[in-house]
Amino acid sequence: MRLSIRHITRYRFDEPVRGIVQSQKLWPASCDNQRILSWEVTSHGGQTGAEFTDGAGDVIRLATWRGPLTELTVEVTGEVETTDLFGVLRGHRERVPPSAYLRDTRQVEADAALKALSAVALKGMEGASALDRAHALSRAVSGAIAYKPGETKPHTTASEALSGGVGVCQDHAHALISIAHVAEMPARYVTGYLQASEDGFPHEASHAWAEIWVPELGWVGFDAANECCPDERYVRLGSGYDALDAAPIRGLVQGAAPEEHLEVEVMVNAVQSGQQQQQ
Amino acid sequence: MSATKPAIFNEMLNGEQVRSAYQNLEKWYRSMPAELRSLKQSEAEALFRRVGITFAVYGEGGDPERLIPFDMFPRVMTAEEWRKLDRGVRQRAAALNAFLADVYDRREIIRAGKIPEHLVTNNEAFEKAAIGFRPPRGVFSHIVGVDLVRTGPDQFYVLEDNCRTPSGVSYMLQNREIMMRMFPQLFMESRIRPVDGYAGLLKKTLASVAPQKCQGEPNIVILTPGHFNSAYYEHSFLADLMGVELVEGQDLFVEGDFVWMKTTEGPKKVDVIYRRIDDAFIDPLCFRPDSMLGVPGLMSVYRSGGVTICSAPGAGVADDKAIYTFVPEMIRFYLGEEPILENVPTWQCAKPDDCKYVLENLSELVVKEVHGSGGYGMLVGPKSDKSTIESFAAKIRKNPDNYIAQPTLALSACPTFVEEGIAPRHVDLRPYCLVGETIELVPGGLTRVALTEGSLVVNSSQGGGVKDTWVLAE
Repeated sequence: MRLSIRHITRYRFDEPVRGIVQSQKLWPASCDNQRILSWEVTSHGGQTGAEFTDGAGDVIRLATWRGPLTELTVEVTGEVETTDLFGVLRGHRERVPPSAYLRDTRQVEADAALKALSAVALKGMEGASALDRAHALSRAVSGAIAYKPGETKPHTTASEALSGGVGVCQDHAHALISIAHVAEMPARYVTGYLQASEDGFPHEASHAWAEIWVPELGWVGFDAANECCPDERYVRLGSGYDALDAAPIRGLVQGAAPEEHLEVEVMVNAVQSGQQQQQ
Repeated sequence: MSATKPAIFNEMLNGEQVRSAYQNLEKWYRSMPAELRSLKQSEAEALFRRVGITFAVYGEGGDPERLIPFDMFPRVMTAEEWRKLDRGVRQRAAALNAFLADVYDRREIIRAGKIPEHLVTNNEAFEKAAIGFRPPRGVFSHIVGVDLVRTGPDQFYVLEDNCRTPSGVSYMLQNREIMMRMFPQLFMESRIRPVDGYAGLLKKTLASVAPQKCQGEPNIVILTPGHFNSAYYEHSFLADLMGVELVEGQDLFVEGDFVWMKTTEGPKKVDVIYRRIDDAFIDPLCFRPDSMLGVPGLMSVYRSGGVTICSAPGAGVADDKAIYTFVPEMIRFYLGEEPILENVPTWQCAKPDDCKYVLENLSELVVKEVHGSGGYGMLVGPKSDKSTIESFAAKIRKNPDNYIAQPTLALSACPTFVEEGIAPRHVDLRPYCLVGETIELVPGGLTRVALTEGSLVVNSSQGGGVKDTWVLAE
């Protein structure tokens, strides 16, 4: 499936700021699941700089803005050809050993309730395959946290989301990572895009899900928020321990930081074959 | 002397006999009138105060500007004794760096089954952000502090390695400076190898790991968390000696492909950062987002080869107490050599059998936290009463992975000035090995002394003092 993506992040500040530094993880890697046909990240008015590919295979680039400025925009546009591999990440070049993703961060640390959720989900599955166990964990999260936007915050932890019983994709991903770790399965946070469709599920175009390490298959994506594994509607951007570590943009305002207003606009559309030929 | 308690090795005396290395000092001490001694002691204290060398003590309250006690009686090592330590410390520093370069790259030592993977990759000090990056010359730990203890004429053990930012070298330099100023004749009578080349060697080492993108003479800076840090004196002292800038995070910024220092003449590019800030705080865009001490974007510039950070982020995984056990294995694996310096036998409470042994023998063991430092959170079995041991046992049972245990070593003792004259007090030694294009080691190090009679804890944060350390010329 050919998907076109347009992702605009706009920051506005109540007072002019002295400068901004951003670390951007905004480049999807080509692998068997996705072929990047075109991709452009524009930091309007900023200066781009140091760029490298980290151990997880994600390109990270620095962008800086000198102030005074009251507004800035980061624009991402691209086209990706995707293939449905039933959630299995294949052909992705990376060097981080899976065991490194057993580490708990503040947002995924399991409390008693998450430990119990993990144990209940896997009850009677001692002999089951890692893949079946991972599916069971994902189902448990889908059942325990209802999709409801506006109830949780970016810093909400997995344990807070579980006790509230509601959340968005970030909370589902954190909870799944958390209970996978309880079961001693490496798991990580993945950011990306999802093409909206009318299948009855609510979607967030700027999306996140979890990947769980299944020794026979490698990394396998689980989208507990949508009760499925990533397919051709998904574009994978980058990964990390949690939402903070995987964030597409991590930024810092230099000097005193005034009130900040963030606007994110994401459009993911299937490109019709007719349009493909127009290029 | 009981059967279970081995004799304590006295570095000055062999029975009644004064060892040859100490003969000058023994004469010096005997000919010194008591009044002169107390005069000199207060002179030394005044000198330390004047240079401003203080050491804040964490968790004890009181005066953060407290002087670390200086004992005027030097500790002496013969050329032969040093030769072994010198070779052993260099060997260890080389192996630790080879290990770091390996675990962030191909992980061959893990593939070979020599070290369990989880001890490395699940280690708090293992940095995902360092994977797949080879720092200049493949060096991760540029200053390796190796803590050594002695138990006999030829028996030295490594107590622990410090691969991040070992502190205390300013004491090594100042102790010598002050001794030479107060007792110049001692330095004429004995052939003592100098240590004052340290700052030059440090600068040379740091310059030798400048990034490839750096043309010409590299601009080196020391990055300090600020004046409230307990080792701030040392940061400014080393910056002065090397003739480099001492900066805080707010003095630096990233733009384009480089790190820049704000100066009155405009931004100046920085090539090498000797940081005295922990990994977690050096870049809020990569590590702790709330850190105000670091430089946002620093890791991107580092990983793209625009600046060198010393020690490299992630270097701490080599000096963890759980990894320590495997250093002899590293030496064999990477260097194909037998370890010159021995490790202290160590029980890992993470292993059930070890843990059982430890819990049954607490009264004879020293137990430490895996990630602890500075002598905090440890149990010295033979010096603890029953209730202390019992409450410590409960802590171990609750979280065994967090503890290791070692036998109580009979640390060697050196003559130390006390009220009544001199008396033996336990000592350790931390040499500072520099790793860059070459491996350098000045002859000497920091000798710490447990000033309380019978005490084995030499940490300055626990009332230890320091001494000048002499290595005699051949």
